[in-house]
This record gives sequence, structure tokens and C-alpha cells, in this order.
Amino acid sequence: MTDQSLAAEPGKARLSPRKKQRISRAIQYVVLVAVLVGVVLYADWPSLAQNFAKPDVAEKALPELFTIALKNTLIYTTGGFVFAFLLGLLLALMRLSTVRPYRWISGLYIEIFRGLPALLIFLLITFLPLALPGFAVPGGTYGQGILGLGLVGAAYQAEVFRAGLQAVPKGQTEAARSLGMSAARAQITVVIPQAIRIVIPPTTNQFVALLKDSSLVLFLGISGEYVELAKFGNDLASQYANATPIMVAGVTYLLVTVPLGHLAARLEKRKVRAR
Amino acid sequence: MTPAIEIKDLHKHFGKNEVLRGIDCTVEAGQVVCVIGPSGSGKSTLLRCVNLLEQPTRGKVLVEGIEVTDPDVDIDAVRRRIGMVFQQFNLFPHMTALQNVMVAQRRVLKRGRAEAEKVARENLERVGVGDKANSFPAQLSGGQQQRVAIARALAMNPDLMLFDEPTSALDPELVGDVLAVMRKLAEEGMTMLVVTHEMGFAREVADRVVFMDGGVVVEDGPPAQVIGEPRHERTRAFLRRVLHPEG
Ligand SMILES: Nc1ncnc2c1ncn2[C@@H]1O[C@H](COP(=O)(O)OP(=O)(O)O)[C@@H](O)[C@H]1O
Ligand SMILES: [Mg+2]
Repeated sequence: MTDQSLAAEPGKARLSPRKKQRISRAIQYVVLVAVLVGVVLYADWPSLAQNFAKPDVAEKALPELFTIALKNTLIYTTGGFVFAFLLGLLLALMRLSTVRPYRWISGLYIEIFRGLPALLIFLLITFLPLALPGFAVPGGTYGQGILGLGLVGAAYQAEVFRAGLQAVPKGQTEAARSLGMSAARAQITVVIPQAIRIVIPPTTNQFVALLKDSSLVLFLGISGEYVELAKFGNDLASQYANATPIMVAGVTYLLVTVPLGHLAARLEKRKVRAR
Repeated sequence: MTPAIEIKDLHKHFGKNEVLRGIDCTVEAGQVVCVIGPSGSGKSTLLRCVNLLEQPTRGKVLVEGIEVTDPDVDIDAVRRRIGMVFQQFNLFPHMTALQNVMVAQRRVLKRGRAEAEKVARENLERVGVGDKANSFPAQLSGGQQQRVAIARALAMNPDLMLFDEPTSALDPELVGDVLAVMRKLAEEGMTMLVVTHEMGFAREVADRVVFMDGGVVVEDGPPAQVIGEPRHERTRAFLRRVLHPEG
């Protein structure tokens, strides 16, 4: 049977859908090129370069950009990530527990820390010593930054883990239990290893989110050897009254976040294929 | 002698749904008992109550004289003696066949690596998949997966085995391999409680056949009687559907 509905009667319908689409796309290209040309012609390039990409100011950022700022960003992020990972796993196991109070506590924590701006948590941490005299977060400035990122990250990571644990079929636990494993043993040996595989891509995305949120530690009032990328760029920019250092910091973030984002997407694709 | 399994007036409700409504059933040591019945009649639930994957609402389940429904009983210890084989195999996908058969020996029975591996290889050999030790479940056919699952249960040296429709998820040409393994187990004297739709297997291997419908045992007797000359109309109707699905 030939498909008559699609074969337009020759001569009558002069513009087939495909032709229409081609024309519409050509128009879009023309508009786009016009806009680009306009920007190139009318932007004040010398002034832009002067303010956002001044080579001698960029040079001032080296080598501390890497030896201090990027290093600290990675310390805050990695520390916060490990904290978030462990607390998140605990919260997820509590959320799925048969013990009701565990579920409540975990649920409450997740609601609160996902519902509050991360910035507020950091501000609270700076007030901890005032509120609790004699109390100090272990690890000093690093400890405070890691605590803030970890507390916030744990709420999100808990949800990632919960989804991962729930994605492991119930039959897996049943098979493990029927072999005589205790509930905890079945979780550790059978369920969690499978859940970890499932959560690797979203966890990579969580790491990227934490990396960006690590810029919030600047609200802890950090300075000197503790500055991370955002604070570092901001300080230099103020010093030279020039936005170039902020651009430099931005590019440095992208050097890490973009490859990680692609990695997460690749892992996600591989996971789908493996099914 | 103490029966391997004794089920007395077993009730199981899921909310308002009364799935088991007073089951009495005994399996003597060394016996093979096949449970047949329409889908939804509570066969799986009955099996899962024996090793407490489901908590009975009322009634008693005794395994080798021990009341598993007693809250003071260490259920993990009881389960060690009961092998279970599932319709969907439920192999651990992140472990090889060998690791699947070793893991509970190591973690539950605390056997050493060398011993666990030896026992695992023997049992994989026993079910005819010795050459698949290093394959992951995803690389195996359904029939091979189910045989690995049987080896995994056997490696724990269970006193009895529960099978829940072990061949229902298999392509027809793979059913025979799994049934052959089960037949051999029965000949070796394993106590088995088997939910199945394989009437040929039930007729030839079972000491008794139990027909369930609507959460009760309708008929219980030797296969020649329950399958050959059923007394109840419900049994006859079910057998007509199973044996002549076209008609
Ligand atoms: N975990 C459960 N929660 C609620 N209802 C269930 C559960 N397991 C089984 N049932 C119900 O119990 C009934 C019997 O199920 P099942 O024992 O699996 O029957 P069979 O194995 O004979 O097909 C079905 O109506 C099913 O929906
Ligand atoms: Mg069933």
C-alpha cells in the first residue's frame, strides 16, 4: 500500500512541510547573522577588553589563582562532598527505615536544608561562636566551609541516594534475606553497591553544584591563604578596579565544571545502555 | 519424625485483601510437594510465609519443629536452612555467578574463601553451569541464571527448598534444563515445596499435589488423584485451562 496522504498532489500544494521548514530555517540564520554583525560593529571592543580581559591584570592573578584559589575551592568542595556523601547516605537509609522516628528526623532535615538558601546556612555558621561561646568548628576556616557545604549537600545527596536505593528491585533484598543475611548485611552487601552504581551520574552533578556553592564561603569572612576562586577574583578586581580577575576565576570554574558535566552525561548514557 | 514444614490455619491479609484464609499443609522430610492453582490464589504468599518474607496475620508455621512465627526465633538462622528460588531469579547483578554462590557462604556461614569457592564451584557444576563461573548474570540466559540461583541456595546446605514458579519466566526451550536439575534434586532426597504450572513435572516428581484457589486448599493428595482424577469442579476447571489453553 502506498502512502497517499503523505505524497502531496503535485501542482496543488506548492510548499511541502519540508520546504516550509527549510525556508523558516534560512530566515532564522539571516536574523542571527544580522544580530552578530550588529554586536561586532557596535560594541566598544577596546573598552570591553580593557575592563574584562586585560592581559597584565590577568597576569597578576598568577600563580596564586592555582596555588591558593583553585586549591582552596577544591579543598572546600571535596571536603564538603565527602561530608555530604556520608551524611546523605545515612539520611537516605534513615528515610527508608522501618523505624518511624528515623524517617521523621531524616525527612525534617531534608526539608529544612533543601528549603533554605545555602547562603543562610553559611551566615549561621559565622554566628555559631557568638551563639555558643567557647564553641569552635573543628578545622578552623576550612572546617567551617566544609561544614556549611556538607550540611546543605547532604540534603540533596540524601534524595539522590534514596532514589538510587529505591531503584534496586525488592527481589534483591528478598534473595539476600532468604539466604540468611540480616537486614543490615543485605543492605551493605547487596543493595548499597547496586545503588552506588545507579547514583554515580547524579552524584557527579551534585559535586558540580557543590563546587559552585563553594563560592559562598566568602561570606565566612575568609582572607589570605583561605580564599577560594570567587573571593580571590573579587579581591583582585577591587584592587585593580577591573573585572578581568572575575573573568579569570570564571574560566577556572568552567575548566572543572564543564568536563565534569560531560562526564556525568556520558555515565548516564552508559547506564541507560547497560540496561 | 518431625515434618519439614507444618502449616496450621495460616491466614494472611494485605489490608482488607484476605489472601490466605486458613491453610493447613504438611511437608514431610524428603517429600516433594507441588502447589498448583490459578494466578492470584495466594501460592507465592504461602511460600513466602514459610521463610517469613511475609509476616503471617494468624496461624502457625513450623519448620523442622521450630515455630518461625514465634518472635523469639532467630529468623536468619531458620532461613539459612531454607533455600528459596524465585520466579525472577534475583541473582545479584553486580557479582559473577561464582561470587553469587559464594557471598552468603562467606558472610552468613563465615566460611573461608577457599572453602566457599570450592563449594560454589561444586554446586555450579552440579546444576550444569560450571563453565559460567566468571560470567555476570546479564551475560547468561534465563535458564542459566535460574540454575545459578539454585546453586546459590544449595551452597548453603539447606534442609529444604522453596521454588516459586522457577520456570515461569523462561523461554520454553530453557524450561527443561531447570526442571532436570530439580528432578535430580528430588531424586537425591531434597525436601521441596514447589509452586509450578508444569503439570508433567508435578505428575512425575511430586509425592503430593496441593491445589489452591481463593486462599484455601481445595484439594491435596497424590498427583494421580489431584491431577488425574480431581474431585472438585474448581480443580477440573483449572486443569482444563492449564492443560488445554486453546480450548
Ligand atoms: N506485598 C503485597 N501487598 C499487597 N498485596 C499483595 C502483596 N503480595 C501479594 N498480594 C496480593 O495477594 C494476592 C495473591 O498473590 P500471590 O500470592 O502472588 O498469588 P499467586 O502466587 O498464586 O499468583 C494477589 O491478589 C496479590 O495482589
Ligand atoms: Mg506467584
